[in-house]
Amino acid sequence: MTVSRFAVSPRRIRRPDAYWLLVAPALVLIAAFYLLPLLGILQLSVREFDGEGEASVLGNYALLFSDAGIQRMLWRTVRVCAITTVLTVGFGYVLAYAMVTVGTRQRAVLLSAVLLTFWLSVLIRAFAWTILLGTGGPAETVVNALVRPFVALGAVDAPVRLIRTEAGVVIGMVHAMLPYAVLPLFANMRGIDRGLVLAARGLGATRWGAFRRVWMPLSMPGVIAALILIFVFSLGFYVTPALLGGGKVVMVAEYVRISLEQTLRWGLAAMLASTMLIATLALALLMGRVVDVRTMAGAK
Amino acid sequence: MTRSRSFRHPLALGLAWVVVAFLVLPLLVVVPVSFTDQRYLSMPGEALSLRHWARVFGDPVWRGSILQSLCVGAVSALLATGLGTLCAIGCWRLGTRTAEIVRLVMLTPIIVPSVVQGMAFYRTFAHLGLIDTYAGVILSHTILGLPYVVIIVSAALANVDVRLEQAARSLGASMGKAVTWVLVPLLRPAILSSFVVAFVVSWDEIVVLLFITSRRVHLLPRAMWDGINENVDPAVAAVATLLIAATATALVLRLTWAGFRSGKR
Repeated sequence: MTVSRFAVSPRRIRRPDAYWLLVAPALVLIAAFYLLPLLGILQLSVREFDGEGEASVLGNYALLFSDAGIQRMLWRTVRVCAITTVLTVGFGYVLAYAMVTVGTRQRAVLLSAVLLTFWLSVLIRAFAWTILLGTGGPAETVVNALVRPFVALGAVDAPVRLIRTEAGVVIGMVHAMLPYAVLPLFANMRGIDRGLVLAARGLGATRWGAFRRVWMPLSMPGVIAALILIFVFSLGFYVTPALLGGGKVVMVAEYVRISLEQTLRWGLAAMLASTMLIATLALALLMGRVVDVRTMAGAK
Repeated sequence: MTRSRSFRHPLALGLAWVVVAFLVLPLLVVVPVSFTDQRYLSMPGEALSLRHWARVFGDPVWRGSILQSLCVGAVSALLATGLGTLCAIGCWRLGTRTAEIVRLVMLTPIIVPSVVQGMAFYRTFAHLGLIDTYAGVILSHTILGLPYVVIIVSAALANVDVRLEQAARSLGASMGKAVTWVLVPLLRPAILSSFVVAFVVSWDEIVVLLFITSRRVHLLPRAMWDGINENVDPAVAAVATLLIAATATALVLRLTWAGFRSGKR
């Protein structure tokens, strides 16, 4: 009781409001050169109508529902991103689980492999895949050798191509996204109390049963967070789809750049960019409800 | 014994190693390609050749792009680290709800899709005459690096006792002095690592570059992008090999350093 008398209340010292001076430079920079320009894009999306016929405020957004080409592109984007997300989180889960359960030395090797790809530029990784998946490249040769029996049956058209196809884009994207799934899943699984699994085993559960009925439910928050995170990152992903899609598998990010630089449809580009922005922020908010954003923001 | 057996699923472990192989092995393909004796991107034909490596270090375009990238990365990382550290300290010391929101706002550049950022920077810089200038690139890279600095320094601040700073203030130190002489020394490891991360963000950044630079500012990622897209230049493979080796070395050093430190403790 008496001790609290000596504890200094922060208010008592000096006006802590002076600390806004430390925050201000970074905040002003972000506000002026980042947030305002983003608002500018939102404004442009309703101001500059790009379709045909009567101009209206939400005219660009109506294209989302009326233009068959845009709908095909959006559907392709969602499809590729969804497949990528499921595969990435699935593989990531297996890898993260192995990392939590193996011995220290094996874990160090697995973790280094993940960190190496995490730190390596996406551009270099996509470049390696352009060589592997390219026409006459190693991956294509292997895949075509594997599907030869099916070609003979007429089930598959030969030769199977990987570059400039959705399959190739998905392979490259899964490779790019894996570290972003493994690292949060690993962090989440480290926090799971292993005693609970042991208790289940002690009470007669099989290994698989203990995993499925105890471990899996406990790891679900991490899985959901990873699913949202990877989906958000995939939606806005430019480099890998652009390099491996080679203009054939155009997804929304590349479509925005094409609209800006080649077809010069600024209103359309702004509308798609705004849609991406709003979808991303909405998903980020959703993720904030699943996991503690304060932990992610380093506030804890 | 039962302890580890309860968690061991041999099939899962095998699959995990397959996933790791999928992560690492594809990268190695750039190594033989960088030694090709052909003029185009290919596996070495009859002989190995160092000509593409010679170009990376000798050709003014490649060498220049590496030097430019180093400079831009260093300057923008320095700016991001300075501004971000101050911002994190301010938010930590204020501790109000508003400061919390500010910290979240500082994180937006991580989550906003890169193409949207590219478009936003392009429109703003076109107005200000900053397209294809070093100032523009440094400004954008500073903003893109800021969130990482705020995250790393905030995480370190969470372990700092707020009373240390209060003690300094009550002994008569001004806010500036308390920050310089008390907080910055305490935060030095975090500040250094946030500088490294901000540098890497700038060094790897490509999408915003595609929007805001054309000829005058020619950074390494842009040179690689053009090399991949336009003439499928094997020199890109040499640069990629170099960067993979550099990343692996840095990682090994980092891990041995961490092991050394924890062993000493």
